[in-house]
Amino acid sequence: MAEIATPLVSLQGVTKVFTNGVMALADFDLDVRPGEFLSLLGPSGCGKSTALRIIAGLSRPSSGGVTWPNAATQDHRGEIGFVFQDPTLMPWANVADNVWLPSRLRGVSRDAARENISESLSLVGLKDFENAYPRELSGGMRMRVSIARALSIKPKLLLMDEPFAALDEITRFKLNDDLLKLQRDVGCTIVFVTHSVYESAYLSSRIAVMTPRPGRIAAEIEGVAQGGRDMDFRTSTAYAELCRHVSRVMIDLTSNEGALS
Amino acid sequence: MTAPLSPALGRRNALEWLLPAAVFIAAIAGWEAYVRAHAVPTYILPSPSLIATTMVADWPLLSASLLVTLKTTLLGLVLAVVGGVALAVLLSLSKLVEYSVYPFAVVLQVTPVIAIAPLLLIYLPQDIAVLACAWLVAFFPVLSNTMLGLQSTDRNLLELFELYGASPVQSPAARFGSRLKALWILRLPAALPAFLAGLRIAGGLSLIGAVVAEMAAGSAGAGSGLAYRIMESQYRLNIPRLFAALVLLAFTGIVLFLLLSALTRILLRRWHESVLAQEG
Repeated sequence: MAEIATPLVSLQGVTKVFTNGVMALADFDLDVRPGEFLSLLGPSGCGKSTALRIIAGLSRPSSGGVTWPNAATQDHRGEIGFVFQDPTLMPWANVADNVWLPSRLRGVSRDAARENISESLSLVGLKDFENAYPRELSGGMRMRVSIARALSIKPKLLLMDEPFAALDEITRFKLNDDLLKLQRDVGCTIVFVTHSVYESAYLSSRIAVMTPRPGRIAAEIEGVAQGGRDMDFRTSTAYAELCRHVSRVMIDLTSNEGALS
Repeated sequence: MTAPLSPALGRRNALEWLLPAAVFIAAIAGWEAYVRAHAVPTYILPSPSLIATTMVADWPLLSASLLVTLKTTLLGLVLAVVGGVALAVLLSLSKLVEYSVYPFAVVLQVTPVIAIAPLLLIYLPQDIAVLACAWLVAFFPVLSNTMLGLQSTDRNLLELFELYGASPVQSPAARFGSRLKALWILRLPAALPAFLAGLRIAGGLSLIGAVVAEMAAGSAGAGSGLAYRIMESQYRLNIPRLFAALVLLAFTGIVLFLLLSALTRILLRRWHESVLAQEG
């Protein structure tokens, strides 16, 4: 259990106040353990996305710090893949060129990146769509391209900001399964922001429940370990039990908050 | 499902061409019949057939004028595109430049060009003054549309760019370099649809600018373009030639618009809604 002792990323006492005075996060502490699937679960506007952006370095904390205990370098952008709620693809470029973007920004030529591009695309099951344009793909396929793009730099840490929120249920279930398989194949750590109790219970090895105004982590729930799911997990009593538990924690927290305010 | 659909679509396409063509032919025929039935004098309203024969008879003169106007229009448009895009890029790279320069571009735009034309004709040689007019009116739509396009780049894509691309060293030179890179990889392609919309407007305006300036020059008795021919024909009561020149001007405008629309379609074919929607 040594790996629990040294987290991959650690946020300590992070506070974020926006310029308009809104306090998004206060005394936010979070350790991301190597190899885990961590969900940040909470209602809209509780600062989940802000926390994710701070981990990514897209936003600076007002106070407190983000540390990478085992890292040799200060610049971690090479180790982070980011997936937004929207696929955020370049509509003028085909799928392969979209996946090429992160490498391209690092000066890798299209030829040198070719193998990497097709490898990333086959990871998400889109090997035959290199020349398609985003407009020609379904919502789920666009999200797969977005994930392939994030994976193309072989990140240690994959940050996902409600990536499947806009998709239909059937597509979402399929992508949930594929994402778990992907994590097994690639072996990266995932921090996943969601407002769905069921999604977080299905995916996570650990769930951090957040409460809003100011956002902080109010409870942590152990999920199902990697490889602990089989084909029938979604209909199993263990999954139903976990969902019930997570829901109850959520309800307790929000009703406490209601009593306070 | 496609089989029963395509004949219907084909019929609609045919109708889209046939209906305006039929209306056009009917209007011309009505005009011809009216002029003949009432024996309208040619210096008031020439018949379409007379306009056509004048076009043929005066072709050497008219074609030379057409060439002059065409050259002015196209050169004005090209200069407007080069200047407009360059300035838009400059303004998008630096807020300081935007604040100090953009108001003047607006002033140039809102001042009616016909009011500036006589001044330009005093300060510049006649052909340069006409070109300057065409450039002036075509410049602004290119500038403002390109600016709009550059500013409407997807914010998330720009963040992605920051995450994956920005140099860790935050020296001013490195920041400028990464801005240039973002411009080339993200902002310019994102601005393309808005730029092309501006280009289509600018094409028509460039022709108008050329015509306005030629008229201002023509009233001073100098010039050789189509608009000058119109002024000259009016003074000489050569109304059939006036009409012939007018037809050529309208034709130039239509061709210019169709060419620019085709360019838009080719460039945006695979990715932009505005073009895809037309294909159903």
